[in-house]
Amino acid sequence: MDLKDKLVSSFMAFENNVDVDHPIHDIRSEAIKNFEVKGFPSKKEEAWKYTSLNSLQKVDFSIFPKEENALEYHQVKKYFLHEIDTYKIVFIDGIYSSYLSETTHDGVDICLMSAALTKPMYKPVIDVYFNKVASKEESLTTLNTAFSREGAYIYIPKNKAPKKPVEIIHFATGNEATLMLQPRNLIIVEENAELQVIERHQSLTANEVLTNCVTEIFAARNAIIDYYKVQNDSSKASLIDNTYISQKDNSVVKVHTFSFGGKLTRNNLNFFQNGEHIDSTLKGVTILGEKQHVDHHTLVHHRQPNSESHQDYKGIYGEKSTGVFNGKIIVDKVAQKTNAFQQNNNVLISDKATINTKPQLEIFADDVKCSHGCTIGQLDEEAMFYLQSRGIPRKEATGLLMYAFANNVLESVRIPELKKRINKLIATKLGVRLGFDL
Amino acid sequence: MLKIKDLHASVEDKEILKGVSLEVKPGEVHAIMGPNGSGKSTLASVIAGKEEFEITKGSILFEGEDLEDVSPEERAHKGVFLSFQYPVEIPGVSVTNFMKTAINESRKARGQEDMPANEMLKLIREKSEMLDIDRKFLSRSLNQGFSGGEKKRNEIFQMAMLEPKLAILDETDSGLDIDALRIVANGVNKLKSKDNAVILITHYQRLLEYIIPDFVHVIHDGKIVKSGTKELALELEEKGYDWLKKEPVA
Repeated sequence: MDLKDKLVSSFMAFENNVDVDHPIHDIRSEAIKNFEVKGFPSKKEEAWKYTSLNSLQKVDFSIFPKEENALEYHQVKKYFLHEIDTYKIVFIDGIYSSYLSETTHDGVDICLMSAALTKPMYKPVIDVYFNKVASKEESLTTLNTAFSREGAYIYIPKNKAPKKPVEIIHFATGNEATLMLQPRNLIIVEENAELQVIERHQSLTANEVLTNCVTEIFAARNAIIDYYKVQNDSSKASLIDNTYISQKDNSVVKVHTFSFGGKLTRNNLNFFQNGEHIDSTLKGVTILGEKQHVDHHTLVHHRQPNSESHQDYKGIYGEKSTGVFNGKIIVDKVAQKTNAFQQNNNVLISDKATINTKPQLEIFADDVKCSHGCTIGQLDEEAMFYLQSRGIPRKEATGLLMYAFANNVLESVRIPELKKRINKLIATKLGVRLGFDL
Repeated sequence: MLKIKDLHASVEDKEILKGVSLEVKPGEVHAIMGPNGSGKSTLASVIAGKEEFEITKGSILFEGEDLEDVSPEERAHKGVFLSFQYPVEIPGVSVTNFMKTAINESRKARGQEDMPANEMLKLIREKSEMLDIDRKFLSRSLNQGFSGGEKKRNEIFQMAMLEPKLAILDETDSGLDIDALRIVANGVNKLKSKDNAVILITHYQRLLEYIIPDFVHVIHDGKIVKSGTKELALELEEKGYDWLKKEPVA
């Protein structure tokens, strides 16, 4: 049985464990129908031209973890931003770990999707927001919707800002030989409220893991959200991340994606501007080696006038790694005075690495400023000679130059400890001793 | 210290240096002058080991060792320093951190431990004061947004930190106002000793009023066409370089 059939038939087993009378279940049932018709996307589809899911579909993934597995904090401490205090929503093999988590209901809700989907007190919010910005057409998103049950639920009421950032971490322990996870997150930040989130998927063994994650984010008027995705997973872990963001007037949402590892990573990052004077920022640093593959598909849909979007993705590809950047910008006819910027710069440090980069602009308004640029280059030999002439060997000089290349993407990271961590990850990833503390 | 014999070098099959010979002894200052495109900067780059240039004939000996198969970083470890005409910008790496990296890489190559942090700080303070460099400047990203003068001063600061045996200053005077020129020249003069040597590459005689050369060489069309003492520089200033073109040397 292939993975699609297995998933579709598993839906019945899934139904035995959820409340089928809850209105959410109608949404799930619709979603599985859509997935059943469409199945997994193939390379024939334009959006999946450079990313093949074929080999993943041949894996006999375990869809429901059989038993809970415990982890001690000291085993996984390094995956947390332990230098500072944070709220934590932690899952082990898809199951919530209260032991490793630190949630709150003190003025804000930082808790579990399973609670939000079942408890009556959350129903008014769920009715308004659940599955409202996520696609009802895209097959992998609907697959996740069909099985939506667990994940992070964050609700920040008007004028509130949690005292510390929230970490959402999914661990895969390798308890199952193969495991498929489908976390579902819902994040709502009301007027004048603020939130910082760090999301991470981490496999702890060499067993095969496939995560198909959907996150819906709603930013109300004047809301400020910083969202950081840290992707530095094992070489047997694959991630399909589907993030949908809806923004209202004057809101500022920044998503940083740090892709440093994993077998196959597909980031579908979608911004919908449903208001004016919005700022949407999408930044990424990708550093790959081995046969790793990362595909960034971004969409910014400008639906109202006077808003901005900024995209800046930097990629460094070594060994036999492959990368994709596809940046789509849609400017509706009414969205006059839109400023949309997109930049994608790549460096190939191996002859066998590949990058496919494509801007896709659909502009229907006539008074807009849109710019896009992409570059694919090798190392700047002039800069290399400069560093070498100061006594820095070629390998270390390569690291220093790559570090400098990726560095400006980090300027907008607003958690200093995270910035430091990412800097160190970049240095480690590039295999160099920078000769100084970051 | 440096012995260049009949050096021919080309880039992409175009010959730029067509037989340069030059000997520099410890304690000496040599000025190399010449019109644009004569091969001055190429000579500097070739001595420092830029791989883009291919040596087709002749040799460069540094302290008796042929540099042909020596990488640019190894040349730096041996004590060769090139002050760049156009220093490269490195965002995200501060001047201080860059110097720490450079110094510790050289020490590693010599089998030494990293320089202790307090010693490094002391050295940085001492050298930056000598060149009248503000402390804030040292925490800025290397060369990023630096003015022309700041870039050149930073080059000399690096030279002061690395204490090379042979310093080649490629058009260090270009783009400097008179005050900046004086500071840079004073720095170079303070760093001079009987054990090290300096090669000044310049288009104008101006710098040589502040750093007095022992020898002046005129390079034209890839060859040294005239050598003399500092008076030659004055003569060039008066006559310009046109006479070179009128009397091509066979």
